[in-house]
Amino acid sequence: MDDYWKSNLKILFWLLLAWFLVSFGFGIIFSDYLDKFQIGGFKLGFWFSQQGSIYSFVVIIFIYVYLMEKLDKKYKKSKEEE
Amino acid sequence: MTVQEWTFLLVGLSFALYIWIAYKSRASSTSEFYVAGKGVNPVVNGMATAADWMSAASFLSMAGLIAFMGKDGAIYLMGWTGGYVLLALLLAPYLRKFGKYTVPEFIGERYYSDAARVVAVLCLVFISFTYIAGQMRGVGIVFSRFLEVDINMGIFIGMAIVFVYAVWGGMKGITYTQVAQYTVLIFAYLVPAVYISIIVTNNPIPQLGFGDTLVNGSEYLLEKLDRVTTDLGFVAYTQNTKSMIDIFCITAALMFGTAGLPHVIVRFFTVPSFKDARKSAGYALIFIALLYTTAPAVSAFARMNLIDSIQDVDYVNSPQWFKNWEEIGLIAWKDKNQDGKIRYSAGTALEDTKPKYLGQERGSHGERLLVNPPNNKNDNEVYIDRDIIVLANPEIAKLPFWVIALVAAGGVAAALSTAAGLLITLSAAVSHDLLKKTFMPQISERKELLYSRLATAAAIGLAGAIGVMNLAFVAQVVAFAFGLAASTLFPVLLLGIFYKRLNKEGAIAGMLIGLIFTLSYIIYFKFINPELNSSDYWLLGISPEGIGFLGMLLNLILAITVSSFTKPPPEDVMKMVDSIRSPQ
Repeated sequence: MDDYWKSNLKILFWLLLAWFLVSFGFGIIFSDYLDKFQIGGFKLGFWFSQQGSIYSFVVIIFIYVYLMEKLDKKYKKSKEEE
Repeated sequence: MTVQEWTFLLVGLSFALYIWIAYKSRASSTSEFYVAGKGVNPVVNGMATAADWMSAASFLSMAGLIAFMGKDGAIYLMGWTGGYVLLALLLAPYLRKFGKYTVPEFIGERYYSDAARVVAVLCLVFISFTYIAGQMRGVGIVFSRFLEVDINMGIFIGMAIVFVYAVWGGMKGITYTQVAQYTVLIFAYLVPAVYISIIVTNNPIPQLGFGDTLVNGSEYLLEKLDRVTTDLGFVAYTQNTKSMIDIFCITAALMFGTAGLPHVIVRFFTVPSFKDARKSAGYALIFIALLYTTAPAVSAFARMNLIDSIQDVDYVNSPQWFKNWEEIGLIAWKDKNQDGKIRYSAGTALEDTKPKYLGQERGSHGERLLVNPPNNKNDNEVYIDRDIIVLANPEIAKLPFWVIALVAAGGVAAALSTAAGLLITLSAAVSHDLLKKTFMPQISERKELLYSRLATAAAIGLAGAIGVMNLAFVAQVVAFAFGLAASTLFPVLLLGIFYKRLNKEGAIAGMLIGLIFTLSYIIYFKFINPELNSSDYWLLGISPEGIGFLGMLLNLILAITVSSFTKPPPEDVMKMVDSIRSPQ
């Protein structure tokens, strides 16, 4: 149980870091710097603040779902072996 | 067929659909009434959550706001989506595992205290009511423009429809109506966006067209927009005007607020398991992102089209939509230099900003005359209400009538679905948390179900009354519902799961300081001293919109400090926290 919770917290830490980086990081704090780069008609910082961060949020949630289901299975298996 | 006939047809058909679905999914128990019997498929729940979430503000106002804010608009785009990551990772699965009906119920049991539950109910009622009033205004705007009925009449029609399916169907009924409403609203949002994207950039996907080159030339849309806005004296479209700390705090307040909104959290109580709750949050965000990534594209197209279609045009030859909206009072023109041409640039056109018309009197060009003196500090001659952009956009781009009618039906769907979700949350807080759990624990389930229906009916009446009174301050406070949710409910929910040691004293102290600090800051700058509401006077340069983030930090710090000086929570509460953390 403790191991399960610790693994869970580790997953949360990395994914929340990613969440912070794509929104507050790329979209706000480093946004003006990223605006020096351009993809198509978008300045990069502007793109992150109005598009990229939202796509990233969706991806982060589904990575979380995947990792937690794997963790749930591992935990269930180790329970059965006891 | 005329626009009006199309609108009657499409809005009428959508209403018939909602009522039919509600009839098919009536609620027969309190579990069905509060949480749809906990049997909703995660994808279906994701769709219902998206409809519940995207209100009249998201549908009608957001793209318009962003069109005039440029890059600053990111506060809404990130703020109203990023909270779903927090919900999915930090709250939804655990609260679903807890397995009860309402948010105050979790707070009451986790902090073993009726006082904590009642404080939570108070926060919930305040947050939800400010929010509902905004929906009623949305319905009013759509009805008055497209069905040419009185705004109040529009509100009554909207109330009657919500009354039928919320009182009848409870959470079960509204879940399935919300699925239909999502379909209507997303279709209504995407069709004109695709049309306009093709017209402006020849790219059918608005998310890409937004970064593409214009049809008539090799210039990028955003490049031209930057150039034109700068020429007219605005800050370039892709640059921020607000300070970084303010953008940071507003975005954070909206995100944490989203995760703390009771009517959103409760949607995750309706799925069969905590695993479904995780997935469902992901699906909800996909459905939401579809609109939220389209919105900034719509904003950029709208700003461009707006400038192109009115700049330096003789008023006499101005487009029909310009005159239609002037008729309703959401557009005004003051010919400052007496040349008969419309001149649009930076700054407010009129003293007191909002136009006051001289009855139906007309000027020499046929424009409505204004009482306001012109603001002579700039050359701008046009007042445009931000709320009309989404509704006017199809007209500005000269799209077919049925598309314009579809947008009206979508706006009504967005407003009704959010209002219904809020009403169920409010009625559950009253009938379940206050009556059943606090004051009348002996009532039977049948009685409780009856009370929850009565509470829903009463809430609809009250919300409608607020809408009819059209209190100006209501529209002002809607955005602050988020600051309050962030500074009151979110921290105690988060710590309730992740910090076992947090006790009753800490939670109540935290909620109260969050509420008092945030509310008094907002009231001070918005109502007591509105003339001081500028960055020179704000605490650390944070506007009232963003102050909820600071309130949340205060709440967390105080809750943890008070807890460490008082005795730990009882053994059975610790056990309960262990059980909601466990995957079994």
